[in-house]
Parts: sequence; C-alpha cells; structure tokens
Amino acid sequence: MQKLVVDHLSKRYWREKLDREVVALSDVSLAVEDGEFLAVVGPSGCGKTTLMNIIAGLLPYEEGTVSIDGVKVNGPGTDRAVVFQHASLLPWRSVAGNVRYGMEMQRRFDEPTMKERCEKFTAMVGLKGFEKHYPGELSGGMQQRVNLARALAADPKVLLMDEPFAALDAQTREFMQAELLKIWSEQKKTVVFITHQINEAVYLADRVVVMSPRPGRIKDIFKVPFGRPRGLELKRDPKFLEIEDAIWKIVEDTPEKIVGGRRG
Amino acid sequence: MAKPIDVKITPTVDVTEVSKRPRKSFYKKHEEMILGSLSMIIAIAIWEAFWQAGKISPLFLSGPSAIAKRFWEDMLHGTLLDDLRYSGTNFLLGLIGAIAAGVVVGIIVGWYKRISMIAGPFLNALYATPRVAMVPLIIIWFGIDYKSKVFIVFISAFFPVLVNTVGGMRAIDRDLLRAARAFCASDWQIFKTVAIPGAVPFILTGVRQGVALGLIGVVVGEMFGGSQGIGFMVAYGGQTFATDTLFVGVIIIAFAGIVLTALAEKLEARFSEWRPER
Repeated sequence: MQKLVVDHLSKRYWREKLDREVVALSDVSLAVEDGEFLAVVGPSGCGKTTLMNIIAGLLPYEEGTVSIDGVKVNGPGTDRAVVFQHASLLPWRSVAGNVRYGMEMQRRFDEPTMKERCEKFTAMVGLKGFEKHYPGELSGGMQQRVNLARALAADPKVLLMDEPFAALDAQTREFMQAELLKIWSEQKKTVVFITHQINEAVYLADRVVVMSPRPGRIKDIFKVPFGRPRGLELKRDPKFLEIEDAIWKIVEDTPEKIVGGRRG
Repeated sequence: MAKPIDVKITPTVDVTEVSKRPRKSFYKKHEEMILGSLSMIIAIAIWEAFWQAGKISPLFLSGPSAIAKRFWEDMLHGTLLDDLRYSGTNFLLGLIGAIAAGVVVGIIVGWYKRISMIAGPFLNALYATPRVAMVPLIIIWFGIDYKSKVFIVFISAFFPVLVNTVGGMRAIDRDLLRAARAFCASDWQIFKTVAIPGAVPFILTGVRQGVALGLIGVVVGEMFGGSQGIGFMVAYGGQTFATDTLFVGVIIIAFAGIVLTALAEKLEARFSEWRPER
C-alpha cells in the first residue's frame, strides 16, 4: 500500500541575491510504501531538503501534489513528525520535557498517555536515567536520540529525517545508524531519510532515491537487495560496496562545476 | 638479535599521593577576596591618616571616621532612616512599574511586527533622549513630591527592560520555531513554549540594567527639588559644604548599587541555568 505519494512536484522561487528564479525541484514523482524505509541522497543544492520541507508541510508548494494516505499535504500535520539535523531541542526543558514536546503541541493524547509514551520512547532511545538532564548537558549523539524520541512519541504515520546524523562524529554516527534500524524494526514506521552520505543511505534504506541539482530532480532510484536485520559489517560486503559505487557514479555525473560556481 | 630490554620503571610520583586532593592554603583559596579587601583597608587607612593629620579641609573632602560618625548620628537622631525609607519606596515603586510595563510592552512590540514598525520611532526617540533632560518636564507634570520621583525611576528603568525584552523576543531560535511548527504548534503555543522562555534571560538582563539606571533616577530626581531622600541629602550636603553628610549619602547609594546589582545578577544566573556552560 502506498503511504506517501509525491506526484509531479515542482518548486521554484525567486532568489533575491541572484535576481533570478531558482528551480529547487523539477517534476519530482515518487511513492513510498507503507513501512518502507526510503533514503534520499544527493549533493547539496539538489533539493532534498526542499523536498523534505514540503512533505513536512513547512514549505508551501504550487505545482504537483504531495499526499499521505490519499490526503493532500497542506501544512504540518499529526501524521508526520520530523527529526531535524540540528536537534532543535528546547534548552530550558529537560530530556523528558523535550520528548513530550511534540505530543504536547499536537494535543492528540491525554496526560497519562503522554506520560507513558514519554517514558517508553525515552527508554527506547536508550536515555533512561537521563530524563532530568538538560540538552546542554548532553552530547550530540544523545541530543539526536532525544530528537528521535520526540518524533516517535508523537506517533506519526511517516517519519521524516533530515540528515539527522550529519553533525555527529563518524563513530557515533555508525552507532546511531544501527540503533535507528533496531528501533525502526520494532516500530515499522514509514521513513523518509534525507542524507548526503551514500553509504548511510544504502545501509539504512529499502530504496535509495538519487537526486541531482540544477534543477533538483530525481536521477535514479536504487533498490537495496539486502535483508534485515542488517549488521554494521554489511558495509564491508562487496555487494554493498558495489551499490555504493554505482550511486557514486551517478552523483559524480552531475555537473559539479555549476555547483562550485554558483556565487553569481 | 635484539637484547632484552632491561629498564627499571621507577614511579616518579607516589600514586597514593596523587589521588589525594591537592591541598590549597587558606590564602590561595581566598586570594582574590584577601587582596581586594586589603587594598580597600589600606586606602581607607591612608585617607584616615591624612584626615587625622589635619591635611584635609572638611570643606572639600571628609575623613572616614567623620563620615562614620555622621552616619551613626544621623541614624540615631537625624532623618537618615526616613530618607532611606522615602528613597527606597520611590525606587521600588518606580522599578516594579518599569519592569511590569517594560516586559508587557516589550513582549507586544517584539511579537507583533506591525506594532513594532508603528511604535518603533517613538520608542527609539525616547530611548535616545537622556532621561535627565526630561526631569524638569516631569516635575512640571507631577510636581516635586514623591510622584515625580517615582516617575523618574520608572522612566529610567523602563527602557532597558523594554529594549532587552524586545531583543529577547526577536532572538527566537529559528530551528526551534521550525520544530514547533512541524509539530503543528499554534501561534499561542509557540509564544508560550518558545518565545517567552527564550526571552527570560534577556528580560532579566534588562532588569539588572534597569536596577542600575533606576538608582541613578531616584538620586537625580531628588536633587531636582523636594526635601527628602538620599539624593536630597547629597545635594543638601553639597550646598552647605557638609562633606560628611554628602559622603554618607554617596556611600549609601554606592552600597545599594552593589547589593541590588548582585541580587539581579543572581536572579539572572538562576534563570539561565539551562544554558550550556559558558
């Protein structure tokens, strides 16, 4: 069953600095199955973040449609939750306060349910015992765990993740990837995961959408043939490296010169 | 073939000794306080020595012992307590009013862009005008009794509170705003959970500056007329060449400044606890 459908979506806006129109997304179409883990990769400027913002309802769009369960996306909704690149935690709220923040804003659950879900998801991301800590006291990895717990606790149909591990060091990132897969296998949420790291995309996703810039469009979609659960050792599998390489070739194929010379 | 390496490892430090908390002498622990108080005491002693030697004319400067004596006598027999009560009440009334009005107006101006555009020029013009220049006008409006004093404190403390509150409301973290919106937060929810808590440290900075400026306000107000208060005491002391009385007033104002600013700083630190260590 198709959960999320993006149909002939284009997004253009006027760039004051360049004094011309920029086509951020050009005729993007894709369908995400229920329970699927979809990754979107591409170099900066390929429109992947624009795509995510539109799906999240944070950015209006005029051409094409985005729908979830057949309902057109028109602003933010309780059927989606976002895990942001910057943890975006309220610094004056404790871990527990931040985990329940999404639920509080959405007002879908009563107080006992919120409390119960808060405890459940704090424990799920491995932060039991840190409930009373403030974000300023946590490491980058732990902050992203809170970020993830906040999104999951809001019980979305589609979980949107915008380069959530990009700011973490390599080791923490690997660890968080494995952890995310474990949590995802329990939750079976539909996930759209934006990243610029190809090996992260291949490791996590069922399918990898490769985008290219100027204008932002879908270049290719790869099906990742590996079963689950996946261990981190998969990243050294020859077949894995082969897919990674193939995606690299497509990304490299994009006219990087234009990317470098965009300061007009 | 390599020779077996024969090196005796002799520990250079005894481990048990290292694990002990390094002992700091009493002096080392309190160095800043000791040096600070010592320099004060020495300075006052030198001042007193010159005073006792008769090298200082009481017309131009007083001596520490004379000031202390004046303070004591005014406390027991004079009007010092009444003056303190008068100035203190005016200061508190003006300050509380300034904080209340500054925070409310600041939140409104900071939250609504249009109101900020409309009110901005007026507030900026008033903010740029030295408050002292308005004192004569305030006296025309309110007379020379306590109402004008309270208003001068109010107008002095109002602007720092206002300006900092507006700054705090404008300093909303874009990432937090985006997160709140993604979770379907209403404007009111964003106001409550993102804007206001984020503005609290700014507001308290404004309060601290307001306390300092309000204190100046209360003194200046009393110097411009009236017959009571610490500011009046300083002005009167000056006019009658009673330098000891003048100094009692100055020292009380300085002391109040130190204590009140320290209190405001404490409050500021308390509400900024969630900030990452600076």
